[in-house]
Amino acid sequence: MFAYIVRRTLYAIPILVGINLITFALFFLVNTPDDVARMQLGVKRVTPEAIEKWKAERGYDKPLLFNARQSGLRAFSDTIFFEKSVKLFALDFGRAEDNRDIANEIRARMGPSLALAVPVFLVGLAVNVTFALGMAFFRATYLDLWGVILCVAMMSISSLFYIIGGQYLISKLWHLVPISGYEGGVDAMKFLVLPVLIGVIGGIGAGSRWYRTLFLEEMGKDYVRTARAKGLAETTVMFRHVLQNAMIPILTGVVVVIPLLFMGSLITESFFGIPGLGSYTIDAIQAQDFAVVRAMVFIGSVLYIAGLLLTDISYTIVDPRVRLN
Amino acid sequence: MPVFLPTDVLVWLLVAAVAAFAWYSRRRAHLAAPWARVFRSRIAVASAIFLSCFLLVGLLDSLHYRPALPAKDPGAPVAYAVEVRSVLDRVLAPLRTRLEKTYSAPLATRLYQKEQVERADGTLAREFPRLAHGGAHLQDEGDWGADVARRIAAGLAGAALLWGLAVLAGRATLARRWPEVPWGAAAAALGAILALAGPMAALAAGYHVFGTDRVGADVLYQALKSIRTSLVIGTLTTLVLLPLGIAAGIAAGYFRGWVDDAIQYAYTTLNSIPGVLLIAASVLMVQVYVDTNPELFPTSAQRADFRLLALCAILGVLGWTGLARLLRGEALKLAELEYIQAAHAFGVSHARILARHILPNVAHIVIISLVLDFSGFVLAEAVLSYVGVGVDPSTTSFGTMINAARLEMAREPMVWWSLAAAFAFMFALVLAANLFADAVRDGFDPRVRV
Repeated sequence: MFAYIVRRTLYAIPILVGINLITFALFFLVNTPDDVARMQLGVKRVTPEAIEKWKAERGYDKPLLFNARQSGLRAFSDTIFFEKSVKLFALDFGRAEDNRDIANEIRARMGPSLALAVPVFLVGLAVNVTFALGMAFFRATYLDLWGVILCVAMMSISSLFYIIGGQYLISKLWHLVPISGYEGGVDAMKFLVLPVLIGVIGGIGAGSRWYRTLFLEEMGKDYVRTARAKGLAETTVMFRHVLQNAMIPILTGVVVVIPLLFMGSLITESFFGIPGLGSYTIDAIQAQDFAVVRAMVFIGSVLYIAGLLLTDISYTIVDPRVRLN
Repeated sequence: MPVFLPTDVLVWLLVAAVAAFAWYSRRRAHLAAPWARVFRSRIAVASAIFLSCFLLVGLLDSLHYRPALPAKDPGAPVAYAVEVRSVLDRVLAPLRTRLEKTYSAPLATRLYQKEQVERADGTLAREFPRLAHGGAHLQDEGDWGADVARRIAAGLAGAALLWGLAVLAGRATLARRWPEVPWGAAAAALGAILALAGPMAALAAGYHVFGTDRVGADVLYQALKSIRTSLVIGTLTTLVLLPLGIAAGIAAGYFRGWVDDAIQYAYTTLNSIPGVLLIAASVLMVQVYVDTNPELFPTSAQRADFRLLALCAILGVLGWTGLARLLRGEALKLAELEYIQAAHAFGVSHARILARHILPNVAHIVIISLVLDFSGFVLAEAVLSYVGVGVDPSTTSFGTMINAARLEMAREPMVWWSLAAAFAFMFALVLAANLFADAVRDGFDPRVRV
């Protein structure tokens, strides 16, 4: 099993290299730093000197891949590719447009992001699985039918409307919690209740329907019929047999997103003014701060790959067939 | 003078392709049977009626032209306006041209902001001024209730008449040709649409049904214009996604070996990058390209159209991985089956096996994922436009409407109608698409049949 994990980890390396190449191509080859400088400085007052100065300040004035003026290894290391892309592997993200260190910023913003994302994830999972079990238990009745219709209707509402509606009802009309903002410590609670609630409600539609399908698929299998034939109560069948066996497909979808919780939620954070990584990313996109976007793309990819790895490991724990192969 | 925007051309090509496919599959039982199953479901028929109404609006909005300017003297050659309009703009000309000064509530007769107004007796007062167009035909504002009620009644009467005609015509033609389709559901859906559209049209002739926005433009008009953007995003994306997904998925599953490794590597890598960020980065790059090459896009309509097209392309290039994964799994299974082995033994070429044996047998997966993806792309557009990496700010879309409405929510008293209009139209579109997609999945999925 140790060898299995090592093999999966090694498999992640070429993927990371690929991601690095894609982002490099996207940020430096599709449009050269000159184009970006021209746009950032505004089209009207662009002089070649201003562009050179802009590039020099940010270290974009080097050759892209190969520096002919340097000798030996320096010919490869004193380039944009090495400075901006290879250094991401060492978690050296450079500085944002406002000259702050991106790595520091990311460390500071991880806390609020997790404080929002973890409760949404856990509560959401519990609620969705409960609803799905309920619908599967009452399958082919009106309760199930209307449950599914409700799910489809909830899926059809854009997440933006959940946020706007929730803010309006609970904060503006009923004045229960502040409309947006954030404070550290215990005070964070009152700011987080509403976003968590909205995050959970917004996910119910798609989530419950997906788990319902999983449960129904599992309930069509032979071992369930055997369990019923043995005379087990329907509740025992559901909780002791179906739920446990449905854990494997549930794990596939769930474990992979756990590391991504660090990234925060883009839309919710920016609506509620929570200073997490999601709102950091959105601000960077809107300010066209390419250094930050590049750093977030890299971190997001690393976390996703970590999620894939965790999924593989969790399989070996839950599913003996994988362990024994 | 007709104008062919790239998205228009592609939309009509897509319509032609769908029509050709429908005609092609009419006589082929394995393609026609699943569709017959789909259209035996009431929900599918009702949602298809809703979707075709949206489609009609979207297609009318995809015929663009530049209107001729009134000739100064009879002999001069005809000059054309710079502005690009669509047939829908022409149909809705009253809605488009009747601008107010700023916000006004739905069906209001007065502006939403106080202004310095000179009364008839010469004194100045701060009050809510009458609208230039909304309810301007009313001599006395006390008649407002009666007028609105009369218009609703007239609209309903017109709708009932139209509905009756449509039902009679349908009964004589469609119902006779395809008796197994639940036409009752279709009639009910049509009735619901007409019952909403009739009064709305009657009211729109004299009022702003969904109010006006900050610059006084009619919100109903914006909502109707947004439909095209949504449809374009939901459908054109698939034009990019389909060839990539089908080619990669089938090749990986059929050839296996290093081809499979390379394709799996490609989609794992693409999947690893957080979707919104990759889209954002790509759209920013498109933005840089547009800004540095202004000579390629002479009019703002072309610029906006290019950005819309680029967004579709980006979503498609990043979105093929799901389809490829599904098709790879299916092709792996198919390649082991006896009839494929037999084809190999007869010396049939790879290209022929792929085209004749593999592709038709994965068609159901392609169709299911096509319709399932549609609503996802429509919803994604709203979020992306909110983030600022969606469509061009000058393009009307549900995303830009919501984005603008966000600031209006903070006003006191609140301006809620743009948001309500965007919500209502988007919800109807996405819900209809979701319900239809479910029915298509049930009809095509072989597992459901047993």
